[in-house]
Amino acid sequence: MDPVVYFFVLGVVARLLRSDLKLPGVLYESLTIYLLLAIGIKGGVELASHPHGAMLGQIMAALGVGVALPLLAYPVLRFGGKFDGCNAAAIAAHYGSVSVVTFAVAVTYLGRHNESYEAYMPLFVALLEAPGIIVGIFLGRMAEGGRELRWPALLREVLLGKSIVLLLGGLAIGWLAGPQTIAPLKPFFYDLFKGALCLFLLEMGLIVAARAGDLRKAGAFLIGFGLMMPLLGGALGATVGWLVQLSVGGTTLLAVLAASASYIAAPAAVRLALPQANPGLSLAAALGVTFPFNIIFGIPVYHAMARFLHN
Amino acid sequence: METHKKILLVVIAEAALERQLVADVKRLGAHGYTVIDVRGGGARGAREADWDADRSIQLEVICDDSVAQTISAHIHQSYFNDYAVTIFTADVSVLRPQKF
Repeated sequence: MDPVVYFFVLGVVARLLRSDLKLPGVLYESLTIYLLLAIGIKGGVELASHPHGAMLGQIMAALGVGVALPLLAYPVLRFGGKFDGCNAAAIAAHYGSVSVVTFAVAVTYLGRHNESYEAYMPLFVALLEAPGIIVGIFLGRMAEGGRELRWPALLREVLLGKSIVLLLGGLAIGWLAGPQTIAPLKPFFYDLFKGALCLFLLEMGLIVAARAGDLRKAGAFLIGFGLMMPLLGGALGATVGWLVQLSVGGTTLLAVLAASASYIAAPAAVRLALPQANPGLSLAAALGVTFPFNIIFGIPVYHAMARFLHN
Repeated sequence: METHKKILLVVIAEAALERQLVADVKRLGAHGYTVIDVRGGGARGAREADWDADRSIQLEVICDDSVAQTISAHIHQSYFNDYAVTIFTADVSVLRPQKF
């Protein structure tokens, strides 16, 4: 297992043992900003030095994956899990969007296995953040069949959320600056990245363990969904990545993005747009089951899927 | 020193509502507001402010009784059903009544 994951486990254990360990909220917020910017900048710098022609088709395919995921998840939850339309759509929106930290852990994993990947993959993180949330919310509104939705406010919330702004902003800065000019920033944005990721995962461990109670209330179906949906999404992402001729590393990362569920952008947007949905259900599945599953077991599985397809 | 009676309206709510609530109170007649990050627990469970979806805010407005009633009624109707929201009011004294 990658050492960064041990920090997550430490957080979980500390909280379950009722330690008083608590990271200040501002540190969590600062680490989020740092990680998003660092991922964006690295992608942008690489993009500047290696222009890519095949990107447009791959971008469209990735957006297609973002739209397809909630459409896959919704009927499973609605008819398999017997959730009402609003809750099924809310959970589907979380699974349609992506987890940036899962992506960061996957990048670390690929680095450790000397697996290269397309440098512009951070762009895919930004692109895959929004479509799933929008489709999920749309499904919820259809199910409710009631109140009109204030689309301008919703689109601002989703498209100008901090994840997208910082990822795209970082990509633009990295791309404009290029490898030479960015060099003085490297000690901060490159060398400290793994350390910051460790601290962030420690905090994630504390948060996940604190929500263990939600998991008990969520029921067996939702826990099963939290385990199966990432495998289904991962298989879809890997297949699409392979079809659009991403490398093994790039295919793995698209699979990881499709397998991951959002717990930063989606909860806020869904809370406002689908107020009747119980946020405890989405978060129990996305954060309590899928996030730990992906960083501990999922990433090697998606890597294996990518290698299998490419052989 | 002469003081004047006003109402302090306090709204404790999920942080996701902050932008909407601030727009609401301004639209409904508040001249100013204060927002504080808070944490606590209640009927909808504990909100520990550990991370984004778990944060809560306390919005405070000093205003006339009529404005406080309008804002309270609006929040009651719009948010009580689906969100973790608490409202209370208190009588306060201020030095500059025209400010509120």
